[in-house]
Amino acid sequence: MRSKEKIIEGILLLSAAVSILTTIGILWVLVSESSVFFLKVPIKEFLFDKQWTPLFADKHFGIMPLVAGTMLTSFIAIAVALPIGLTIAVYLNEYAPKGFRKFIKPILEVLAAIPTVVYGYFALMVITPFLQQLFPQMAGFNALSPGIVMGIMIIPMISSLSEDALYAVPTSLREASYGIGATRFQTSFKVLIPAASSGIIVSVILAISRAVGETMIVAIAAGQQPRLTLNPFVPVETITTYIVQVSLGDVVQGSLEYQTIFAAGIALFLMTFVLNNISFYVKKKFQEKYE
Amino acid sequence: MAIDKLTAEKINVFYDQAHVIKDVSMSIEANTVTAFIGPSGCGKSTFLRCINRMNDYIDGFRKTGTFLIDGNDIYSKKVNVEALRKDVGMVFQKPNPFPKSIYENVIYGLRIQGINKKSILDETVERSLRQAAIWNEVKDDLNKSALSLSGGQQQRVCIARTLAVEPSIVLMDEPASALDPISTAKIEELIHELKSQYTIIIVTHNMQQAGRVSDKVAFFYIGELIEYSATKELFINPKEELTQNYITGRFG
Repeated sequence: MRSKEKIIEGILLLSAAVSILTTIGILWVLVSESSVFFLKVPIKEFLFDKQWTPLFADKHFGIMPLVAGTMLTSFIAIAVALPIGLTIAVYLNEYAPKGFRKFIKPILEVLAAIPTVVYGYFALMVITPFLQQLFPQMAGFNALSPGIVMGIMIIPMISSLSEDALYAVPTSLREASYGIGATRFQTSFKVLIPAASSGIIVSVILAISRAVGETMIVAIAAGQQPRLTLNPFVPVETITTYIVQVSLGDVVQGSLEYQTIFAAGIALFLMTFVLNNISFYVKKKFQEKYE
Repeated sequence: MAIDKLTAEKINVFYDQAHVIKDVSMSIEANTVTAFIGPSGCGKSTFLRCINRMNDYIDGFRKTGTFLIDGNDIYSKKVNVEALRKDVGMVFQKPNPFPKSIYENVIYGLRIQGINKKSILDETVERSLRQAAIWNEVKDDLNKSALSLSGGQQQRVCIARTLAVEPSIVLMDEPASALDPISTAKIEELIHELKSQYTIIIVTHNMQQAGRVSDKVAFFYIGELIEYSATKELFINPKEELTQNYITGRFG
């Protein structure tokens, strides 16, 4: 009997270990491969050079253009998803009849289940031509169109998590506000959103981290030109797109060009790692504030 | 003869199929304190929350009968619910200050009316906190979070918040049940002082409290208004056996 318990315990531990070991393995590969890269390219150049041209004859290894492309598309995505997602959350939480809420929430979450490759082509074939009619100067590949589509994709993430946060605000605060003559709108924006702000911030950070790591949509619709710009109308390249581009190409394994994808990968990893930790910190710090 | 501030005529309330208030009629005079007593689930809180229409959002809530305040039907289609709730303030069982400063808590009702003039706000804060007998304790810490106060202080800030919009009726739903005896005594003293300006209706489980603070007492039992009379009379010489049994603690 005791040995059976031990075996079960061992299996459970093993399953837990798989995910941790995978993370450690990925980190190990990233660090070891990129350390070879950083022996050849000084970190200073990696961080401060304004060009990223590892595949050209005149090689530059400045990560900034890729980071700029990543941040630009992510920023556009959040600018779309935050107002819409929050409005939906407020509507579902305070205004919508209960039956309607139960019906609409799963439908919204379908948005997150659409394959990203479909979103990518939607951006390229539908949104871009539409935007080009509004802005004739816009290029066929650009940051705006995939940014908007990524925003649509992460709406359910923000609306769902924010709705949970709003729902968790104690009824007593709601009653205090209604009881003194506040409307639903005033109650939502002056009491509920401030009280749920930590949950909302967490949802936004997770959404940013999702947008930063998103690959397919930007690879299809944003272009492959690393460019240090904030102009949403021209082609840009994100970190993820670059990694796809090099992985698919005929770069020799073990070459400096090959190692750039690990350097880019570690930059991406650090960005999402920091974001996830901020959200963990915010959650922990403000969680029980209103109990 | 005092004027009736509030008149309820044949009020019935249902939650879906449950019949929770049965044919209750009563009149409440202006500038009096009325206590609602009765065992848990007797409908006294439901009845109280009908007076500022806080039950409106509850699914399955249905009511028949008429509530008149100053002669006007408060459930009429023409009534602006927000304006009604401003006139009929409410203090809740558990202190529920907003996670904001004491100052912002008190002026919340003014802010939502779009009043932002600093002199008016400052004046209101001092007047309301004085009325709620907490000014001296917090006057130097108005920017501190209301959540940093003790439960009894929080409840008085909530009372100040209610008084800030100058209601004519104040509903109190067991306002002292979550508080210690000293805070309770302060709230009771406060109720006495507020009577001159407001009509107060208080729900309480505490017989002594009902006896100390109220002019009239209404005893509810399973949705019915069993007895409603002057406080002394109800406690010393109850007409109904149910009342007698309840106030002597034979059930509850």
